[in-house]
Amino acid sequence: MTLKEKIIESLQILGILKEPIDESLNIPIESARFVVLDTETTGFDYVTDRILCIGAIVLQNGTINVQDSFEHYIDQEHFDKSSVQIHGIIRRDVLNHKSEIEVLQLLLDYLGDSIIIAHHTKFDITMINTALERNGLAKLTNKTLDTAVLYKRTLIKSNLLQHKDHYTLDDLADKFDISKKDRHTAMGDAYITAIAFLKIIRKLKEKNEIMLYQLFR
Amino acid sequence: MKNTISQRVADFLKNFPPFNFLDQHDIEVLSEQVSIIYKDKGAVIFTENEETHDSFYVVHKGAVELLKNQKNDILDMCDEGDIFGLRPLIAHENYKMEARTHEETILYAIPIAIFKPYAIKNSNVGSFIIDSFASNTQNPFSKSHSDKLYGSDFDTENTGEVIDKDNKILDLQPIKYSKKIITCSRAATAKEIAVTMTKKNIGAILVVEDMLPIGIITDKDLRNKIVTGDYSINTTADVIMNSPVITYSKKMTITQAQMAMMKSNISHLCLTKDGTANTKAIGILSKHDVMVALGNNPAVLIKALKRVKKTKAIKPIRAKIMQLLQGYLNQNIPITLTSKIITELNDACIKRVIELSLAKMKTPPPARFSWLALGSQGRSEQLLHTDQDNALIYEDVPEVLQEKTRKYFLELAAEVNKGLFEIGYDYCPAEMMASNPKWCLSLNQWKELVHDWISKPGKDEVLLSFIFFDYSLSYGDRELANELADYIFEDIDANPIFYVHLVSGALQSPSPTGFFRQFLVEQDGAHKDFFDIKRRALMPLADAARVLILSHSVKGISNTYERFEKLAELEPQNKELYLSCAYSYKALLKFRTKQGLLHHDSGQFIELESLTKLEKVKLKATFKTIKELQEVISMRFNPGKITI
Repeated sequence: MTLKEKIIESLQILGILKEPIDESLNIPIESARFVVLDTETTGFDYVTDRILCIGAIVLQNGTINVQDSFEHYIDQEHFDKSSVQIHGIIRRDVLNHKSEIEVLQLLLDYLGDSIIIAHHTKFDITMINTALERNGLAKLTNKTLDTAVLYKRTLIKSNLLQHKDHYTLDDLADKFDISKKDRHTAMGDAYITAIAFLKIIRKLKEKNEIMLYQLFR
Repeated sequence: MKNTISQRVADFLKNFPPFNFLDQHDIEVLSEQVSIIYKDKGAVIFTENEETHDSFYVVHKGAVELLKNQKNDILDMCDEGDIFGLRPLIAHENYKMEARTHEETILYAIPIAIFKPYAIKNSNVGSFIIDSFASNTQNPFSKSHSDKLYGSDFDTENTGEVIDKDNKILDLQPIKYSKKIITCSRAATAKEIAVTMTKKNIGAILVVEDMLPIGIITDKDLRNKIVTGDYSINTTADVIMNSPVITYSKKMTITQAQMAMMKSNISHLCLTKDGTANTKAIGILSKHDVMVALGNNPAVLIKALKRVKKTKAIKPIRAKIMQLLQGYLNQNIPITLTSKIITELNDACIKRVIELSLAKMKTPPPARFSWLALGSQGRSEQLLHTDQDNALIYEDVPEVLQEKTRKYFLELAAEVNKGLFEIGYDYCPAEMMASNPKWCLSLNQWKELVHDWISKPGKDEVLLSFIFFDYSLSYGDRELANELADYIFEDIDANPIFYVHLVSGALQSPSPTGFFRQFLVEQDGAHKDFFDIKRRALMPLADAARVLILSHSVKGISNTYERFEKLAELEPQNKELYLSCAYSYKALLKFRTKQGLLHHDSGQFIELESLTKLEKVKLKATFKTIKELQEVISMRFNPGKITI
C-alpha cells in the first residue's frame, strides 16, 4: 500500500473522505434498468420449499411496458395443497407450466445486468439462488434494492413516532394508495412493489437523492 | 401475451368509454400493448407544438392539466379514466396544448397503431370520438366531418383534444346567459338610463339602433362620467356609451368568455346572432353569469356535497372550492371572510366523509364520540390542501366493553382517514391521525394523557400540546370535546409551571430575518433557499396567541387572529400591538394561500425571487410585529428561568 493509499484509507475511516462512488452507479435513477420481481413459493424454507411462480417487470424511466413482462409458472414435483390455497395457482392452465430449469434460464436472460428490486429482497434472491444451485447454475450477481429497506428511509424521524421494524407490502400499498388487486400473485406483487418503489423515489428526491448510487448507501 | 398486469389494465379500461364499447377479448389484446407511466407532480407529458408521440394517454390515477399559450391558462383537467392527446394523433398535427401532471399520476399509454383498427372497426368507438371532439368545438358542422374521421382535413381551429366522459368539465361547456336584454336608444338620457338600470337591477344596458347593438353603458360609465360631474345628467346615451360593442357568438364556452373579459378588461359581453355587431343582439353575459356557471357559489357547493354518495365524488367539489378561493383572493375579498367561507366548505367536506364512513360501518357507533381537527385546521386557518391532523374522543364505557369500543372507533377512523386521503388530504407523516391508536382514546384516557403533558412538560409534551390544544370539533358530540377543554383549563391552572414551558416553546421558533435584515432561507433539504413562512412567521404568532389566550382562560376561540382581537379587548395597554398581530397574521395567511394556489401545494415554502419588492416589504413589516410580541411575552412570563 503506498503512502497515498494509506492516507486515503485513514481519511475514509475517519469519515473525512467519503468512499469513492461506484462509477456505474453514478447516473440518474431514471436511466437505470430495474427488474422488479416477486416469487411465489410453497413455503418459507430455503431448502425444502420450491418456487411456484416468478413474476417480474422492467422499470425504466418511470415506465413499465406491459408487453415486456415476465410471468412463468414452474412445474412442481410435489404439490403442497396448503400453499395452493393461498396462491390459487392450481387453477391456472397447467399447459403454461415449464420446468424449473427452463424458467430459470428465461429469468437469467430477462434479468441481464439489471438492478433487481423486490420487497424483502433477501428472501426472493435466496430462493432463486438455491434453485439455480440445485440446477447447477451460477448464483445471481445483480445488484439489489429492497423496498422494505428504502421505505424506512422515507419516514420522518421524531421522538413522538415509533416506527415498525418491518413493513409488509400491504403496509406500503395502504400508505401509497396502491390497489391490492392481485395481491399474492407473483406478478401482482411485483407491480405493487414497482409502484411503491416509484413513490419511494419521489419521497427520497425531496431529500435530494437523485443519483443511483445514493440508493445503495 | 396475456398476463396478470395486462388483465389489471383491461379491468380498468373496460369501465371507461370508448373502451367499454369493445368486447372483452379486444380490450385484453389492447391492454397487452399498454405502457404504464409514472409521473411526478408538475411533470410535462408533452408541450405545445411538440411532435406527437406514438401513443395517446389515459389517466389511471391522479390528474393531468391541459394548458395553452404558455400563459398557463388551464383549459382542462383530466382525471381517472379520461383520455388526452388522441386528437392530434388522428388529425396528424402537432400537439395543440401542453399536458402537465397536476399531481402524482399514473398514465396508461396506448399506441395509436394498435387502437386505430378498433376505432375503425367499431362504429361506437368511432362515433364516440367524433362526438367528443365535436362537443368541444365552436364549429357546429364538425359532425358532418364524421365520415372523414381519419382524414387530415379536420378543422384545425378546434382546440379540443379531450374526451370528457360526461359533462363534469364545466369550463368547456357552453355558457348560460341572460336572454332578457334591457336596451335603450341613443337618445336616452343618463338619468333615464340610471332609472331603468335601478328598476331592472342590472349592471349594464345595451344601446341599440334598428335592433343592432351600437354601444353599451355600465355602472362604471355612470360613475366615471356622470357622477364625477364630467357630463351632465341629461347627456344622451350616444355620448357616454362604449362603442363599438365587443360582440361574441352565443356558442362560446365559459373559459372563452372569461378570457374575452380579461382580454378587453370588460365585465359584460354582448352576444349576437352571428357573433358580429351586424346582427341582432340576443343576450348579455356578465362576470356574474360566469361565476354562477362555474358553480363557484358556496351554497351550490354545499348542496352538491349533501347529495354526494361516494367519497370519490367529493374530490371534484374540493377542486371547485379551490377555484372559489382563488376567485376570492383575486377579488381581494377580506381574508377573514374568505377563510370563514372556505373553512366552512372544507369542514362540510370532512363531515360528509365521516358520514359516508359511518354508513359503511356494519353497526352504528357503540358510544358517543367527537372527531377533532387539530393544528391549523383546528384553528380554522387551513384554506389549502394539507396533511391531515385529527384525533378522536369517545365516551367512557364500562370495562367489559372497552376493547370492543376501541376497535370500533379505530376501524371507523381508518375509514375516515382513507376517505380524507382520497379527497386530497395527505396522510400526516407524523401519524397525528385518529386511526393511530395513540390518538383514538376515551375521554378519561385523553384526560390522563393531557395531564401527563401539563404536569411533566418536556420538549415533546409542549410540542404535542401546541398541536393538540388548538382542536376544534369537526363532527360528533360537542359535550365530550368541551369536557376535555374544561379539564385542560383546570389542569393548567393547577400547574402554572406549564405556562413557562409553553412560553419558552413559543419563543423558540427560528428567526425570519438575519442580522442584516435579510430573509433567512432554508439551508438544505428539498426546500433549500426557500423561505419557510410557516415556521418562521405564522407559527410564532399562533404559538404566542395560544399562550396569551390560555393565560386569560378564554375558551372557545381557537383562531389566531380572533385570539389577538380578543386580547386587544382584554389588555387595552397592548391593544395596538395585538391588533397589528391580528393584521399581520391575516396578511401572512393570505400570502401563504396565494403562494399555495400558485404552486398547488401547502404554500409553506416561498421562493423569494418570485416576490415583488412591495411583497417583500410587506412581509418584513410583519416580522417587526412578531419580534415586538415575543418581547412582550418574554418580559411577562420570564421563561429565562428554565430551560427545556
